[in-house]
Amino acid sequence: MAVIKVENIEKSFNGKRVLKGISFKVRKGEIFGYLGPNGAGKTTTVRILTGLIRPDKGKAFVCGYDVAKEPIKAREKVGVLPEVSNVYPDLTAWQNLMLASQLYGLDKKTAERRGEKLLKEFGIYDVRNSKVKAFSKGMKQRLMFCMALICNPDVIFLDEPTSGLDVASARMLRRKVLELRDEGVTVFLTSHNMDEVDLLCDRVAIIKDGKIIAEDTPDGIKELVGGSVAVEVRFDREVDFKGEKVGDRYVVYTTDPNETICKIVEFAKSRGVRIVSINTRSPSLEDAFLKILGEVA
Amino acid sequence: MRALAIAKKDILIYYSKGPVVIFGILLPIFLFLAFWIGRDLPLNFLMAGLIAMTVFFASTSVSPVVAPWEGQMRTLERLLTYPIDVKTIILGDIIASSIFGILLSAIPLAIAFGVGISVNPLIILGIVVSAVCFSSLGLLFSAYPSNIPATVMMISALVRFPMIFISGIFIPIDNLPWLGKILAFLSPLTYFTDIARFCVGLKPFFPVYTDFAVLIGYTTLLFVLSVKLHEKALLKRI
Ligand SMILES: Nc1ncnc2c1ncn2[C@@H]1O[C@H](COP(=O)(O)OP(=O)(O)O)[C@@H](O)[C@H]1O
Ligand SMILES: [Mg+2]
Repeated sequence: MAVIKVENIEKSFNGKRVLKGISFKVRKGEIFGYLGPNGAGKTTTVRILTGLIRPDKGKAFVCGYDVAKEPIKAREKVGVLPEVSNVYPDLTAWQNLMLASQLYGLDKKTAERRGEKLLKEFGIYDVRNSKVKAFSKGMKQRLMFCMALICNPDVIFLDEPTSGLDVASARMLRRKVLELRDEGVTVFLTSHNMDEVDLLCDRVAIIKDGKIIAEDTPDGIKELVGGSVAVEVRFDREVDFKGEKVGDRYVVYTTDPNETICKIVEFAKSRGVRIVSINTRSPSLEDAFLKILGEVA
Repeated sequence: MRALAIAKKDILIYYSKGPVVIFGILLPIFLFLAFWIGRDLPLNFLMAGLIAMTVFFASTSVSPVVAPWEGQMRTLERLLTYPIDVKTIILGDIIASSIFGILLSAIPLAIAFGVGISVNPLIILGIVVSAVCFSSLGLLFSAYPSNIPATVMMISALVRFPMIFISGIFIPIDNLPWLGKILAFLSPLTYFTDIARFCVGLKPFFPVYTDFAVLIGYTTLLFVLSVKLHEKALLKRI
């Protein structure tokens, strides 16, 4: 069953076409990754799906409701973590969370029971009575996440939820996303972090210039790179080696690893440098992502 | 009701700030003193003006800046994605603003009792109706989609200050030239001032039920207009 269904959505801002006919479906209990470079239209898609802005053309359904026609009904069981958003700094964590519960129309008892549980799970229960002003970005984001979950959502939209977060908070949010999936919650995730998407998502769509240019499982996307292999090599000192430099290593993508490795060895011999380490790996989602974007460009 | 949750949020955040409350009390009192000193006006005439001015300033002080503030603080987008419509948000803001106006009206009422002026209890109903009306007017000021609170405050000041001069607070409507009278008829504050005058034993310009009818009419109009304009403006703030 498709919990999110998008049919041929188009959206322009001041004559500039941002979405040029987007269609996809997200099944129940799936973590759906929505990837794309900056300005590709990810946030615009999230805003349309949460009923904030109306598409110029096309239809979008969330939990069976047409979001343009019945946005309020569609949002009842939807949690949202917008890209640029903030909690009320002058309210305490608890007041923020209870405000969210009231706006979802929860009764006081349910709200308090769920609120307490959530704040404990996210490790901010002890600071619930402090004003949010004093919170770190990670703590605020955890609270935002609690506010999205207080309605026991069927669907949750996360727009770059871990960008700019400390490692511990980011890891906590990721673990929570996996737990939610196991509970049957559908997750719509946009992210810049390819490792994160690879780790979490069941399916991904890549959007560029307002169009979806690839849609598959993370492994399926990687295969699109077409059997190429990444060879990583580290020398014992600085040399002018032709290859992408990553930290103290060089990476070369190739479809013929044997040939490439032989050439690297010859290179090392001719320059009189020693190879400290050399290994091959299959391309990452990031490799595939960059390659796909490059091909379309 | 979800609008009450919005109202509670507003009160906790915006109205519990010390300066807001102090400004709400001091501004009308200063204006009042400035006009009283050196003029030989009957005390009950001045009290009617003070009550009207306090309710007016209190109800229009914070309501215009809530929306730009939320836009600037980046709390607005999340607020708009809850299962609530713009009408509910506006209604919540009006409820909070009206409560503030009603509470602050206790100060001029206490002063009136202190100086021995008897006030018709009908004033309470007048205060409630006009607080709602002025709060709706305040929200209309923020329909201009700027996220800079100072800009919206300037717009509201440009309307609020002239309004107190044409609404029969300092100069009775009877004494205004014909152009002044026309402006006075357009100002909702005129009708509340008129009710206040009636309540302190002065002869009102209009029959009191006309005053109430006009205030209720204005409230409905301003509310509908606020909702319509904010539905467009709020999206420009995110
Ligand atoms: N409200 C708006 N008015 C005008 N242009 C907008 C608006 N929202 C987004 N855009 C434009 O649409 C494009 C896509 O933006 P966005 O959806 O935020 O991209 P992403 O989230 O993928 O980085 C950008 O070029 C942006 O400038
Ligand atoms: Mg974005």
